[in-house]
Amino acid sequence: MVECSCNTSNEELAKQLDKIIDPYRDKPSGLIQVLTKAQNLVGYLPKWAQVQVAEGLGVSLQDVYGVITFYAFFSLIPRGRHKISVCAGTACYVKGTKMVTKALRDLLDLRPGQTTPDSRFTLEIVRCIGACGLAPAMIIDGKDVHGRLEPELIPELLEQYE
Amino acid sequence: MKSLEELAKIRESRREALKIRQGVPSKTEKAHIMMCGGAGCISSKCLDVVEAMKKALNKNGIADQVQIVLTGCMGPCDMGPVAIIYPDATFYRRLKPKDAETIVEEHIMKGNKIRRLMYRAPGSKEPTPKVDDIDLFAKQKKVVLRNNFYIDPTSIEDYIANDGYVALGKALTEMKPEDIIEEVKKSGLRGRGGAGFSTGMKWTFTAAAKGTPKYVVCNGDEGDPGAFMDRSVLEGDPHSIIEGMAICGRAIGAEHGYIYVRAEYPLAIERLDLALQKARENGLLGQNIFSSGFNFDIEIRIGAGAFVCGEETALLTSIEGKRGEPRPRPPFPANEGVWGKPTVLNNVETWANIPEIIRKGAEAYSSVGTEKSKGTKVFALAGRINNTGIIEVPMGTTLREIVYEIGGGIPRKKAFKAVQTGGPSGGCIPAEHLDTPVDYDSLGALGAIMGSGGMIVLDEDTCMVDIAKFFLDFVVDESCGKCSPCRIGTKRMYEILDNISKGKGKEGDIELLEELATTIKATALCGLGQTAPNPVLSTIRYFRHEYEEHIRDRKCTCNVCEFEE
Ligand SMILES: Cc1cc2nc3c(=O)[nH]c(=O)nc-3n(C[C@H](O)[C@H](O)[C@H](O)COP(=O)(O)O)c2cc1C
Ligand code: SF4
Ligand code: FES
Ligand code: FES
Repeated sequence: MVECSCNTSNEELAKQLDKIIDPYRDKPSGLIQVLTKAQNLVGYLPKWAQVQVAEGLGVSLQDVYGVITFYAFFSLIPRGRHKISVCAGTACYVKGTKMVTKALRDLLDLRPGQTTPDSRFTLEIVRCIGACGLAPAMIIDGKDVHGRLEPELIPELLEQYE
Repeated sequence: MKSLEELAKIRESRREALKIRQGVPSKTEKAHIMMCGGAGCISSKCLDVVEAMKKALNKNGIADQVQIVLTGCMGPCDMGPVAIIYPDATFYRRLKPKDAETIVEEHIMKGNKIRRLMYRAPGSKEPTPKVDDIDLFAKQKKVVLRNNFYIDPTSIEDYIANDGYVALGKALTEMKPEDIIEEVKKSGLRGRGGAGFSTGMKWTFTAAAKGTPKYVVCNGDEGDPGAFMDRSVLEGDPHSIIEGMAICGRAIGAEHGYIYVRAEYPLAIERLDLALQKARENGLLGQNIFSSGFNFDIEIRIGAGAFVCGEETALLTSIEGKRGEPRPRPPFPANEGVWGKPTVLNNVETWANIPEIIRKGAEAYSSVGTEKSKGTKVFALAGRINNTGIIEVPMGTTLREIVYEIGGGIPRKKAFKAVQTGGPSGGCIPAEHLDTPVDYDSLGALGAIMGSGGMIVLDEDTCMVDIAKFFLDFVVDESCGKCSPCRIGTKRMYEILDNISKGKGKEGDIELLEELATTIKATALCGLGQTAPNPVLSTIRYFRHEYEEHIRDRKCTCNVCEFEE
């Protein structure tokens, strides 16, 4: 879930982040839950958020960084307004993940891990989104599942994401 | 919840209200519409159908006489969106928003069922209206998925109506902890997360281990990239896991549990969270449950996208909020688990079996299955097969029955080539072994594994070198890098496969792959590395000629690999 943060100042976000931290204050074991929520709030995990989380939970900044880089879910860089997650699980691979990533590359010049220059889309690869029956599949913004993908259908499908 | 009587009261009153789902027409309600809300059906836009249903009900002024329930995955995902309409248990498939009005105005209001939306068995002109008569469900047996056609996953009353929490009540009021463990042991239940270790033995070790407090953990990391059985249970029947874990808490003397779920499953997390709240409100978690003096509660922990965290020691470290790196075993979690304390860790599907074992008894439970593999197994059937989705079959069902009778065979008259089980830790089983019964030992003997339940069907157009390369790519991506056999060895294997797939393979490459595989299996620190070579070994075992063809003739009969000039 990538939420737009353009109209919300960092100060406002920092206040909301404090609310997220509150139940876990001085509880290092809550680190992954807090980072997950923080990323859902801010869209990624900038330095200021890392510092705030580290201080709130009583862990070192180094540990926070270590956890962020270990887990694929976390991102240190800003992402596009919409996140396209193409499934490269076995079922999808067997039925044409390559075709989908190629279509996105041809259409948007976008490769996994990259964001379009206009910040509209970020592309990532995920493993199985539970729609194996409709492979190949992808999920946009963590909620819209699109299955039975065919390259020709992709341009139209992306139109609804501004 | 203070007593079994109190539970029975809720059950009876709710059962009355749900009789309609048993086929008994109701005086006050016209229908219950169970809409599948699994990811497959969501991608086929089932939510638009639900909206259209609501509109149609409102328009006809019967919104208060019809319930719409969003269930977990019902199984036949490729037919989605699917729905079951009670009381007549009519199964509809491929629903479109425009069908909603017809269903409401014709079926629900006038009793005229809509033939064109019904399932038709292959080769049959007549549709099959009732869900229970549908051929692909007939070969299945629902134990783990016992509730998924019937209950609203957000309603604890629905769960209770279907005998939910009876097992916990029985365990707390009528059984001693040792009896509970004995029953689980006798049931023959083996872990559904892949390794197939005896669940009863695991509980015995933890119960006997020194150190308090003890912990109960549910592994809902579901790492196999091509499978979503656990997700279906988490989303479709969250209370069955909570109940199973609480029973274990009593058996081993633990008061605290963790459910570890991947962040990629937001709906599962939401439903679990709600289920935990409801269980607390009803006194089924918390203090003095069933007035037995037993206290138990559960916290959710979120996994953040690292395959290795499905491995038990990594998962336990991750629960503590750290980088999920595996550590050597022993010590096993039974002795040193979360926070270094004795811990039982089981898979989602394993947990969902527990209430059935306690409620019906070990003997009834173990009447299904084979000698050494009891009960049922849930599989996610996908790939080049007609009926894709979630199935549950008795252990011992043959692969042929699964692929042809339940799965409906291979599309477009293509030839079957192999079925892949166990994901990146497993292997491919070729056509000559289609009559193998599915159980832990038979699959193991073939160089595959039962795994957690991913089952991917491959047809004549699938290149086995490419498949092996796919899994190695995954493993290289997911290796945590802590030990060098896995970090360097799998990378090396990947490079060789990559060369072969590009027409740059050399004589001796196959032997080199086998040699590397042997070393990695013997020396890697955790299960990820130890099993990583399996997809390569099993494809070499059964499809060596394809490797040879790539290397010697620079040819890929399936036309998948692109050779460099
Ligand atoms: C790399 C790796 C990944 C694993 N992933 C999972 C998983 O996603 N879910 C799971 O239940 N078990 C997984 N396991 C197995 C667990 O380590 C453990 O054996 C299992 O959860 C125990 O539960 P069970 O006895 O009920 O099967 C994995 C093991 C390895 C080595
Ligand atoms: S085998 Fe691989 S995943 Fe396991 S500890 Fe070693 S490097 Fe990490
Ligand atoms: S493998 Fe792509 S959705 Fe499961
Ligand atoms: S998601 Fe609806 S049947 Fe599987």
